[in-house]
Order: sequence, then structure tokens, then C-alpha cells
Amino acid sequence: MNAVLIAVLVLPALGAVALALWPGRAERAAGWFAVALSGAVFTLTLVLLNGRRDDGTWHEVDVAWIPSLDVRLHLGVDGISWPLVALTGLTFLLCALYSLRHTPEPGNPRKLLALLSILECGVFGVFMALDAVVFFVFFEVTLLPMFAVIAVWGGAGRRAAARQFLLYTLFGSVLLLVGVVAAMISRGSADLLEWAAAPAEWSGRGQIAVFVVLLIAFAVKSPLWPLHSWLPDAHTEAPTVGSVVLAAVLLKMGTYGLVRVALPAAPEGARALAPVLGALAVAAIVVAGLVCLASTELKRLIAYSSVGHMGFVLLGIATLSVPGIQAALFGNIAHGVLTGLLFFLVGAVKDRYGTGELDRLGGIATVSPLLAGVLGFAAVGSLGLPGLAGFWGEAFAVVAAVDRGGFFTGLGVVAALGAALAAAYFLRLLRRTTVGPPGSAVVADARGVDAFEAAAWAPLVLLALVFGLAPDLLLSLTVAPVEALVAVVNP
Amino acid sequence: MNADVALAAALPALTGAAGLGGLLLRPAGRRPAAALGVTAAGAAVLAALALWWRLVSDNSMPRRYADYLPDQAQPVDVAARLADFGPLQVQLALRVDTAAAVVAVMVCLVALAVQVYSVAYLRDDDRYGPYAAQVSLFTAAMLLVVVSGDLFLLLVGWEVMGLCSYLLIGHDRSLPEAPGAAVKAFLVTRVGDVGFLLGIVVLGVNVGSFRIADVLAAADDIGSGPLLAACLLLLAGVAGKSAQFPLHTWLPDAMAGPTPISALIHAATMVAAGVYVVFRLYPLYTAAPAALAVLGVIAAVTMVLAAFAALAQDDLKRVLAWSTVSQLAYMTGALAVGRSGAALHHLLTHAAFKALLFLAAGAVIHAVVSNSMGSMGGLRRSMPVTFWSMTIGLAALTGLPPFSGFWTKEGVLGAAEEAAAGHGGVEPWVGGVVLVAGLLTTALTGAYAMRLWLRTFFGLYQGSAPPHDPPALMRWPVVLLAVPAALGGAVVLWTVPDESGWFGYVGSGQLARLEPPGTFTLHPVLAVGATTLTLLGAGVTWWRWRRKDPALPGADLYATGFGLDTVQRVLVVRPVTALAGVVRTLDARAIGGAVLGTGRGALLLGRVLAGTHARGLGGYVTTALAGGVVLAVLAVLGSRW
Repeated sequence: MNAVLIAVLVLPALGAVALALWPGRAERAAGWFAVALSGAVFTLTLVLLNGRRDDGTWHEVDVAWIPSLDVRLHLGVDGISWPLVALTGLTFLLCALYSLRHTPEPGNPRKLLALLSILECGVFGVFMALDAVVFFVFFEVTLLPMFAVIAVWGGAGRRAAARQFLLYTLFGSVLLLVGVVAAMISRGSADLLEWAAAPAEWSGRGQIAVFVVLLIAFAVKSPLWPLHSWLPDAHTEAPTVGSVVLAAVLLKMGTYGLVRVALPAAPEGARALAPVLGALAVAAIVVAGLVCLASTELKRLIAYSSVGHMGFVLLGIATLSVPGIQAALFGNIAHGVLTGLLFFLVGAVKDRYGTGELDRLGGIATVSPLLAGVLGFAAVGSLGLPGLAGFWGEAFAVVAAVDRGGFFTGLGVVAALGAALAAAYFLRLLRRTTVGPPGSAVVADARGVDAFEAAAWAPLVLLALVFGLAPDLLLSLTVAPVEALVAVVNP
Repeated sequence: MNADVALAAALPALTGAAGLGGLLLRPAGRRPAAALGVTAAGAAVLAALALWWRLVSDNSMPRRYADYLPDQAQPVDVAARLADFGPLQVQLALRVDTAAAVVAVMVCLVALAVQVYSVAYLRDDDRYGPYAAQVSLFTAAMLLVVVSGDLFLLLVGWEVMGLCSYLLIGHDRSLPEAPGAAVKAFLVTRVGDVGFLLGIVVLGVNVGSFRIADVLAAADDIGSGPLLAACLLLLAGVAGKSAQFPLHTWLPDAMAGPTPISALIHAATMVAAGVYVVFRLYPLYTAAPAALAVLGVIAAVTMVLAAFAALAQDDLKRVLAWSTVSQLAYMTGALAVGRSGAALHHLLTHAAFKALLFLAAGAVIHAVVSNSMGSMGGLRRSMPVTFWSMTIGLAALTGLPPFSGFWTKEGVLGAAEEAAAGHGGVEPWVGGVVLVAGLLTTALTGAYAMRLWLRTFFGLYQGSAPPHDPPALMRWPVVLLAVPAALGGAVVLWTVPDESGWFGYVGSGQLARLEPPGTFTLHPVLAVGATTLTLLGAGVTWWRWRRKDPALPGADLYATGFGLDTVQRVLVVRPVTALAGVVRTLDARAIGGAVLGTGRGALLLGRVLAGTHARGLGGYVTTALAGGVVLAVLAVLGSRW
């Protein structure tokens, strides 16, 4: 089975090389090759589920990499990381399918797919890393491909947005390096499993310092208010597949890193700073909700709603409790599914009507009922309707906050009010886009939903429904490792 | 998994599957959509009847829900895990008792009537597929609330209902006000639901389980503070769903939905859910009387306010909508004075006569092609079936003996009187407030019902379309609903001989404090008084109508529901919108600006430093030496420290 683990990581990298060298004449074949490759990789991620067990990692590879620095190529998958690995595999498969028909300007899908494959490899590496240095390396690998995707295939303001994305997240990466090295030296090992197995025994002040550094690093990625300002610009300018990958997968590296690296690295620091993290998370929920309520552009609105959703995830983590972290991990996946879907749909809207301005949209339901219906579904799921995936993570972040009591009770109450704001802005979105008389940009003769779009949407719609009706499918995977983690981090 | 459980699970499962499956049908295909919707509702009626029959005929079953404690290994309270959040789990739990079964029967019957009626009413609708599917989904959500044994599972049904109301109220795309009304219905109830969610959270966190059986069993151990908080928070959600002051504003606007949907929302689903949930969780409320007092005040205010508003409407459906708000307040009033059974009784008879009234009103609107009572009149001759059905409905609404509403309203008022006399478990003043408001409302109800009756069916016809009785598919549901609306009082009379009652709303020690056994006693003075007041109200309206004296003092104020919409807009909507604009600007200027500013600052600093580096050899030597000195000083300091 370890071969499968390696294959999941290596195949996308090999595929990227193949796509980069692919002859320009066989453009179409390149697209199908990317679909076949990402399909195979996704299947392999599902095969990984075979080794499922409640304690420890399901699969593990541990070989020496840089012996002089005592860095080991330590990879593995467990209940916390597997859902994200599978979501990554699915997201890239859907993006490849979607790209068969839809390539953003200036074309050249081979290069776009090659960059996405490198990105996929990097993301897999992040979610599989069990060594802090390996984690950092893969974290960095994801930066440049995403930068290129935005800078080349983005909208009108792509240059500035890509530059801001790169510089901002590089700033986070520098801090990540500092934090990882400091934690490594203090704990005498870079092995994440060792960190998570025993409580850290080093000075409280040092732990606080390391946690602050790691928190800022991951907060930039997640993003946590007020370190979020790169996200709306990046999303607004990125091409559809770029936005989907960014929302569904890349943001998760921040919250995952917080759980996997930052909490075990400096538990005492985490305990000391939990109220701050919680307060910022709730601030993110409220601020993002209000900004969304006043937003006039579709992509920007969804991007800000991401900030709000990730606020719930971060609130869950901040409670340092089993229900909270369970809710956070569930919320991660739910957000990936629903916001990924939303960005696909917004891409479809912009493709057809050439704009995301709410003032020029409206009445899509009369022109394209299917698109409007799926958009309505995604919006309703995203606003946290019980029975769809978005609900459980957010509701139980509130439960965990109230459960923790004291200051966190207040945070839970405010977060719950933020959920009402989410209903308000998503209903406003629907009212401005799907219902009412057709807007000035909404033309009746725009083409219908094609097979590639439907293929990209359908699995996400289905997952949103399945995870909403049977959340235990995911929660039962994560509960045992989360309990073990919380026992060490917050005894 | 015994038959009871299977039947209970089948109720939401059948209708839910029909709803989700129906969404996949071709939108314009009427036949398959109608067939699916009617079949599912019909099957649900049978399942609910079977469940109810099994429960009432099974003597070993405790009929009192308050006796349902988990340690008694109840066969009809089963659970499987739905979500595992470590110490806190959500159970896929079902919990049925006789009361739940009766409510389920009522929900399914109304849903069936609505499905059948809609086939004819929406004859020319090009999106019948989603419509019928959403009605099924709406029914499924309500049934989930009815049979759920876990608070989170209940919340799923609770909020899916909000979504369905949003979709169905906005169904008619030709109405310019429909989208706004739909959004309002969803948002106002959602704001209440924030409280509802927090109430559930407080209960779950303090009990350690979200299962209703566990929560009720722990009612006395939670501690008075959290219990009161939870009860009040839940009431926010109840006020939203059951349209109680101050969250009632969505219901009159919801009239933008097709008329059968109004019947569904006002009789069987949505508004009934709030009252039902309080009934379901009643032991919590009896342990927190302060919450009941709050509920009593809300009920009294809502009752009178809505009745005044109903008095001044021109739109036929809006009169009925406001009357729903007012009648729901009778139910919450009954809950507030400690008689949850009376609330459930009134819920059931109200469901019958309000569904009847809306469907009959739909027949009138269908024939006249207008909602306005100004374009009706004199319809008693051209629409006799509708006229008589509606007359029965209005008689039940006003509480004239022997129609159903009389008995159940008498139950509510009697409970209030007993509470006011200090015989209940609540503060006497709460009983007094509910009693006075209830009596005043009977007079007002008589007045607005009479006004509706006269303006619609008497006088001269003011419209243009030739009126006619509706086609069979619309006629039969109306005629059949007239039976329970007229005779539903039997429900109450039947409870008299049996000490524990049909719904067994007396029970464990906790409830016995509030509810003396032998629940229904006719209070002759009260009954005569209430009927006299009703007739008085009706008489005044008739007298004014005869004198053609339309100007009602303060009509404009009543018509707008005392301007509470404006208050809501000024106090909530506008401040939030303004705040959103400010936050958006600040977020872009302050935070985004700070980031860009940092970038520009770095560039500037780079240029300055670059400038200092282009100074020639002497400059370099000086800088290098200065750097060396700084390093040396740092090294010395560092070694000391």
C-alpha cells in the first residue's frame, strides 16, 4: 500500500513533466491525458481508504532524505488528512474535466494543466507530510504554480493580484520557516507524529512565541481576518479553475497546518492564544458577512464568504476541544465542496454573460433554469442550511464554543448571528442574479449547460447532499485521531 | 426496528424522497409531478393513520409523552448515530407518541388536500414539477419535526421548512413582490432560528446529549439559569416560525405565494411547527415558568394586534393571514398558562378550518381573478359550495358553537381563567393577561370574520370575470375539509371521559403540578360570555355594513400592522445595510490599504537604502566599520545576557 501513497504524490509530478513537454499539435489529447491521470490519482486516493484504522497512520513512508540535517522524507495518511487528500484528488479531476472545454484566455491548456499538476503534487505533499521540514517544502511548492496560474490566465487586474498573492503568502512562508525551525530545535525532532504523541516540555514563553509565528503563517493562508486582503483580489482575478483550487484546496493548507503542525508544536502557546484566535475568527465571520452584504461583484462576494466560512473553521480550532476540531475538519471539507461548486458556477455565469457585476445580472432563472437551480442549491448549502454539508461544521463550531464556556460562549453567540448574516447575503445574491427580470448582461441566447460543466458540478452537488445527510461518513474518520490530539494539546 | 419505528421513519422518508426525486423531473411535466406528489402524500396519510391506530390501540404504550423516559426502553424511541463530535453526538433518533401521530395525520391530510387542489389551481403553471416537489419536501420537513427524537435532527426539518417556504412563496415569477416576500420569510424566521440554534446548544451542552428524551429527563437538573436561557432562546425560533410578535411580519407578506401554499404554511407546516415544538419540550417550560410568562405576554400582544390588523385589510388572503397570526397566539397563550394540550387541540382544529378557509378563498380568487375584496361581493348565489364551506370555516374561526373552533378556543380561555384564578402552575397575572386579550380577540375575530363574509358573499358583485364554483379537484378538498372544521370539536369532547386524554397531556409529576386531570371542563359563564362577545363584534360589523359606513377609525394604522414593518426596517434592516457599507469601505481602505502601504513603504525604503549604498569607497569603509562596532557591542551584550 505504501506504493499507492508514493504513486499519489509522484504521478502528478510526472504528469506535469509530460504535459509541459507535450507536443502542441495534440492539444486535445493533452486534455484527456490530464483527465485520465487525475482520474487515476483520485482513484488511488480512494484506495488509500483501505488501510483505515482508528489509531495512528493508515499508511506511512519513512526514509532518510537529508541525513546531515536529520531530515526524513516522512509521509503518511491518517483520519485527519485522508479526507483532504481525497478532496484534493477530486478537485483536480473536476478541474481537468472542466478544462477540456473551457480554457481561459490566453489559451494554451497544456501549460495550465501542467501547472495544476505541479500544484496537485505540492498539495498532496502538504497533506501527507509527517515531517515539519517536508511540510514546509511542499507548502512552498504550491506557491509559484498558483502565482503563474493567476498571472497568466487571470482577468484584467491579474498582475497586481498575482503579485500581492505571492508576496503576501511568501511573507507567511518566511514565518512558517522560522516557526518550524524554532519548534524543531526546541523539540529536538522534526517528526510531526512525535510532536503529537507527547506534550511539549519547553518553556511557556518560547511556546507562545513559536505559536504566534506559526499562527500568523497559517492565518495568512487560511485566511484569518485581518490577514485576508490578498484573497478577494486573487479570487476575483484568477481563472475559474484557479479559484476553485484556491478555495477548495489551498486555503485548507492553512487550517490543516494549524491542526497538524502548530497545535502539536506548541500546545501551551495554543492554549494561551486560543481566545485571540477565537476572537479574530469571529471578527472574520462578522466582517466578511457585512462586506458580502455590500458587495457588488459575484466573485468578490464568494471570496469574502470564504473568509467567513474559514472563520467558523478557525473558531472550531480555537476551542481546542474534540467537538470544535471535529467541526473544523468537517467544515474544511464542506467549504471545499460548496465553495468549489460556487466558483465553478460563478465561472459559468461570467462565461455566459461576460460580467460578475450584480447590477448587470438578474433573471438567470428565466434564461437558464439549470444554472440558476444549481447556483441556488450551492448558495443555500453555503449559507448553512441543515441537511446540507455546510451546516454541521458551522453549527458545531458554535456548539464547541458554547461548550467551552466563559469568553467563548460570547464568541459562539456572535458567530451564530454571523450565520444569519450569511443567509442575508446569499439570499441577496440569489435575488440579484437568478430571480426577477433579466439583467442588462443576461442574454437569452447564451448556450445551455454543457456536459463538461455538468460533469464538474454533479459530484460536488452530490457530495454536499451526502455529507449533509450523513455527516458521520467523515466525522467517524476523524474522531479518533482528533481525540488523541486533543488529549495531548489540551489535556 | 419495529413497525412503529418503520412507520414513523417512513413519514419523512417517503415524502422527502418524493420531493428530492421530483426536483429531477422535467419542470414543465405536470402529470408525473402531480402523480408523484399526490401518491407520496396519500401514502404518508396511510402511514400516519396506521401509526396512530397502532399507538392508540396498544395499551401497553404510555400515551403521555412526559412519561417517555429513556431508561424505560421505549420501543418507539430509537436512535442511530448521525454525527459523531466526540463527547457530543447527534442521533438519528425518532420519538413518536399519540400526539405526534395525530399531528402527523393532520399534516399529511392537509398536504394531500393541497397536492390535489394544486393540480387544478395551478393548471397553467409551467413549473409545476418543482412546485409539487417542493410541497412534498415541505411536508417531509414538517413530518421530520414531528417525529424527530433529536434536537439537531428536528432543526434539520425546521430549517428546511424555512427554505421551502422561501421557494414556494417566490414561486410566482410574474408577481413583482414575490421575491421580496420570499426573502423576508426566510430571513425573519432565520433570525429567530439563531436563537433556536443557541437554545438547542445550551440544552445539549448542559445535558451532554441532544436527544429529546435525555433533555426532558434532565429538565430538573440543568439549573434554572441555563434552563431559562434555553427556553427563551428557543422561543425566539418559535416566534419566528409561528409568527408571533415581534417576528410575525413575514406572514402577511407571504401571501404572495400561491393560495394552496398559504393553506399549507398556515395550517399544517411552518407555523404549526413552533407551537408543536413547545408542546414537545413542554416539561422544560413548566420547569421555567418565567419563560411561560414571557410567552404569555407575547401571545396577548400578538393576538390583539393581529386581530386589529385583520380588521382593516382589503386583500382576502391577508385577512386570513392576520387571523392565523391571531389564532396562533391563542395556542401560545394556552401554552403560557400551562395547558399544552389545549394548545395542541386548537392547533388541530385551526389546521382544519384554516386550510378550509384558504382553499375556499383560493376558489374565490380563482373565479374572480383578484385578491381584493373590493372586487368581490354577492358570490353566495354564484358559488354556493364555496359559500357554505367558507361559512363553516368562518363559524369555526370565530368560535361559534357547535363548530370546532368553539370547543378548542373555550379550552384555551378556560385554561387562562383557571390560571388567572390561581389554579394553574403559572403566575395568576399571566392567566389574567391571556384571558383579557383572548376575550377582546374573540370580539375582534367576530368583527373581521363578519366583514370578510359580508364583503365577499353579500351585496353586489363588483368584479368582471363570471364567478363559478371551482372544478372537482378543487371542490372536493374544500368540501372534505369542512367536515373536521365543523365537527372537530369531537376531538375535545372525546377527551373528557378518559382521565389521561387522547393526547395524554397530563402526566408525570412535573406536569401534574400544572394540569389537573380531566382536562376539558366547559366553563358556562366563559363560554356564553365569549360567544356573546363574538356575536357583538359580528353585529357591530353588520350594522356598520348596513349603514355603508366603511371608515374604521385608525384603519390605516391597523392595515399596516401598526407600522411594525417600518420599525423593523428602521431598527434592523437599514442599520445593518449602512454598517455593511461602512465595513466594506473600511476593509478595503484600512486593511487592504495597510497591506499595499507596506508594499509601497518597502519599495521606498529600498530606494533610500539603495541611495545610501552608492557613496563611493570612503562611505563603504565608514559603514563597514560602523557595522563592526554594532556587532561587537551586540556580541558583548549577548554574552553577558
